[in-house]
Amino acid sequence: MNAASTIVPEAAREHGLSEAEWHRVVGILGREPRPVELGIFSVMWSEHCSYKSSKRHLATFPTKAPWVVQGPGENAGVVDIGDGQVAVFKMESHNHPSFIEPYQGAATGVGGILRDVFTMGARPVALLNALRFGAPEHPRTRHLVRGVVAGIGGYGNCVGVPTVGGEATFHRSYNGNILVNAMAVGVAEKDRVFYAKASGIGNPVVYVGAKTGRDGIHGATMASAEFSEAKEAARPTVQVGDPFTEKLLIEACMELMATDCLVAIQDMGAAGLTSSSFEMAARGGCGVEMDLDQVPVRERNMTAYEIMLSESQERMLCVLKEGQEAEAAAVFEKWDLSFATVGRITDTGRMVIRMAGETVADVPIDPVAGASPVYDRPHEPAPPRLPFYAERLMSEEAPGDALLRLLGCPDLCAKRWIWEQYDHMVMADTVGRPGGDAAVVRVHGTEKGLALTTDCTPRYVEADPRLGGMQAVVEAWRNLITVGARPLAITNCLNFGNPERPRVMGQLVGAIEGMAEACRALDFPVVSGNVSLYNETDGRAVQPTPNVGGVGLIRDLGRMTGIAFDAPGLALLLVGECVGWMGASLYLREVLGREEGAPPPVDLAAERRAGDMVLGLIEAGIVRAAHDLSDGGLAVALAEMCMASGFGACLDVPDDNLSSTGWLFGEEQGRYLLALREADAQGALDLARNVGVLARRVGTTGGDTLILGAEPPISLDELRARHEGFLPRLMNGGA
Amino acid sequence: MRACVVTFPGSNCDRDLAVAFERVLGVRVDRVWHKRTRLDRYDLIGIPGGFSYGDHLRPGAIAARSPVMQEVVRQANDGALVLGPCNGFQILTEAGLLPGALIRNRGLAFVCRRVDLVVEGTDSPYTRGLERGRTLRLPIAHHDGGYVVDDEGLRRLEGEGRIALRYKDNPNGSTADIAGVLGGPRNNVLGLMPHPERAIEPLLGGVDGRALLAPLLAA
Repeated sequence: MNAASTIVPEAAREHGLSEAEWHRVVGILGREPRPVELGIFSVMWSEHCSYKSSKRHLATFPTKAPWVVQGPGENAGVVDIGDGQVAVFKMESHNHPSFIEPYQGAATGVGGILRDVFTMGARPVALLNALRFGAPEHPRTRHLVRGVVAGIGGYGNCVGVPTVGGEATFHRSYNGNILVNAMAVGVAEKDRVFYAKASGIGNPVVYVGAKTGRDGIHGATMASAEFSEAKEAARPTVQVGDPFTEKLLIEACMELMATDCLVAIQDMGAAGLTSSSFEMAARGGCGVEMDLDQVPVRERNMTAYEIMLSESQERMLCVLKEGQEAEAAAVFEKWDLSFATVGRITDTGRMVIRMAGETVADVPIDPVAGASPVYDRPHEPAPPRLPFYAERLMSEEAPGDALLRLLGCPDLCAKRWIWEQYDHMVMADTVGRPGGDAAVVRVHGTEKGLALTTDCTPRYVEADPRLGGMQAVVEAWRNLITVGARPLAITNCLNFGNPERPRVMGQLVGAIEGMAEACRALDFPVVSGNVSLYNETDGRAVQPTPNVGGVGLIRDLGRMTGIAFDAPGLALLLVGECVGWMGASLYLREVLGREEGAPPPVDLAAERRAGDMVLGLIEAGIVRAAHDLSDGGLAVALAEMCMASGFGACLDVPDDNLSSTGWLFGEEQGRYLLALREADAQGALDLARNVGVLARRVGTTGGDTLILGAEPPISLDELRARHEGFLPRLMNGGA
Repeated sequence: MRACVVTFPGSNCDRDLAVAFERVLGVRVDRVWHKRTRLDRYDLIGIPGGFSYGDHLRPGAIAARSPVMQEVVRQANDGALVLGPCNGFQILTEAGLLPGALIRNRGLAFVCRRVDLVVEGTDSPYTRGLERGRTLRLPIAHHDGGYVVDDEGLRRLEGEGRIALRYKDNPNGSTADIAGVLGGPRNNVLGLMPHPERAIEPLLGGVDGRALLAPLLAA
């Protein structure tokens, strides 16, 4: 090793490479890298692309089941939904760009996740978004909410894919680092799924879509570092989306995939042409030669470095069968999109990139793409918290007042202001609209439906990462069950702070452990996902937020259920246990202003028994409405059902040794509230007893008020006013 | 009945409209690419919703100048049924088949919700047989749905019974609550911001879209 390479040059540091990584680069090449090569190593080994901090932990996720066609490692996960069809889905973060420029950041997040799905041959059929904003009163929150929502709508509405669900919650830990996670779901024919695996020596490598500009250079590196006020000047690294081009690209790709021209295809997402070419070649174990003079550009004098690292949107890289370029080119010409042969597949195992007759990069593919550094970062567990039962509450609010306060709090309030800005009905298959437990989209031309949900309770994960990780999975599972779907699989997006800090790394490790346990126990494997680290500003991390995107299948939409009961006089059955668990509850935070206590335990075996039983009742056709119990417990769940249905209800508050606050607002897991006809109620209770599930009659539907035991009735109008009022008030002026 | 739906670059309700024609009218629907310069004679032409040309310039402005539109205008003037929901309405006004224009919603935000509409002009192939004053509930989903027309244009529309639908609770600032306008020699052209094609079965939350489509079988 010569003297020059033992010192880490400034350029390497600017590229975010550590000293050890720099030496590794020099070792692989046997020389110091050229500038383009340094850029390539930098993005490919960035946290965002290489998962170097999380990889060894992600490996513990269960990823297989008889219905899983493709697990993690491809552009998106694929599960069988019968009749020769598959569902293709993934969730991904666009946190940092959305904080810098909320409209474009969120919009391009939607565009990117759509490409991950249609690059596999699936027509996108639904979008969801898990959004976490700072405290409502924080001076930037309104601006960020407005921009993110407009960006998601601006992109999804134009591209014509319905945005059907998701979450939006608020907490001060996100003041300086919001989370914008987008999930896309598509449907494909099982034998027409396309993969990003290059093959066939001599086959052309083809660039299609929009032209390449200077936008987004080093976006992946930005997403792999902490934020600071100074970095907000990094505006040029945020990409600009063009949903119109994306729509054309979807249609063109669908047409291309119907021909026999295509060998492999991958979208140019983070790290653009670099990651797409390296990953396709690495999966196929082959080499690539590229000539950057052929890349369609929209600006003059772009350098090789800029072309390789640009994150311009709406672009795809394909490997075609030799001799079929003309047929493929005709498709893209029809849709007015760029089409250019930029390279060939080789058998060298190397990426050789030329421009203006000069070799600008010549690197072995495997060490860059496959053998990126993997770290076992030190991690320490979160300090344990004590259980917190309702008896320990020192002050209690009148139940009716507490309920109204919860329904109007930022996390539980109606999100209509948001989802009315999304076209949630385009494609005319949205049969379960926003506002329920899970959204449902019909599989076009069939009687079956896909149930979709995103879930996570960050305050639980913060309190106990392992339990919180479990809870995110079981809540997604319950939300799918309550609409009558058989849960199939999940995608996830793990949002955490700086993994170089052991406490944060401990959160990540714990959450993954809990999620993996829950997925195993529920046969609910992980088929795709994304990790977003360094979500902190000036040293303050966000609440750990491992968002789960769940997908389930409703075989017969005639048996779909929702949260709205359709008649008075129905029996209300509570499935699951009541012990008055208040630790880390929303009641504690919103009513008493306390963020303490251990989160509710998760009993995976009981969760599974209860879920299977409820799904059985729904499939038997006797459940008229179903809702899972989560934030705010039983009282909130029933109030939400009443508001959705237009019927009131009467809830018993038992006079046993449980405090009424614990009964009404405790957040025990594994629970459902069901509405059944009187005639079916006893049978359901008997069944529950037979399969070892706790269930009890807790009330009756009817009237136009909600009555909590002996408390004064609350009119549905009052419930609605509190529930619907918060967000419009916040966004239209004073909070 | 011969029916077609035109696809422009950026149309995204073309399939939905074709499916609705097929399901409600029981017809086979041809899908027509916007670059076609000659069309067979159609009884019903659908100009779909979506974001043709990404709403660049003005919504519908570029699509209105697509080659196929000359043929659509000719057939419309010849009495063919031309139905344009949402972006279709915008294209039909830009093409001069209907008066007025669609501008940004009063609230500036995109709005997707179900709205109540009142049937007014019943002398058309779409609304014949519907009771004047009847309420229809249909979804809207648009960013530029504010209908504007000058005073004289409004007087003419009202005088000629060519206001097909008005909003009960105006969601976008449209002049005189106008949601749908009739045109053509026999009121055979209907442009409207709501989406009847999204309300043709109970599972989708309503069937009132059928009320505007089903009468076409007798047209």
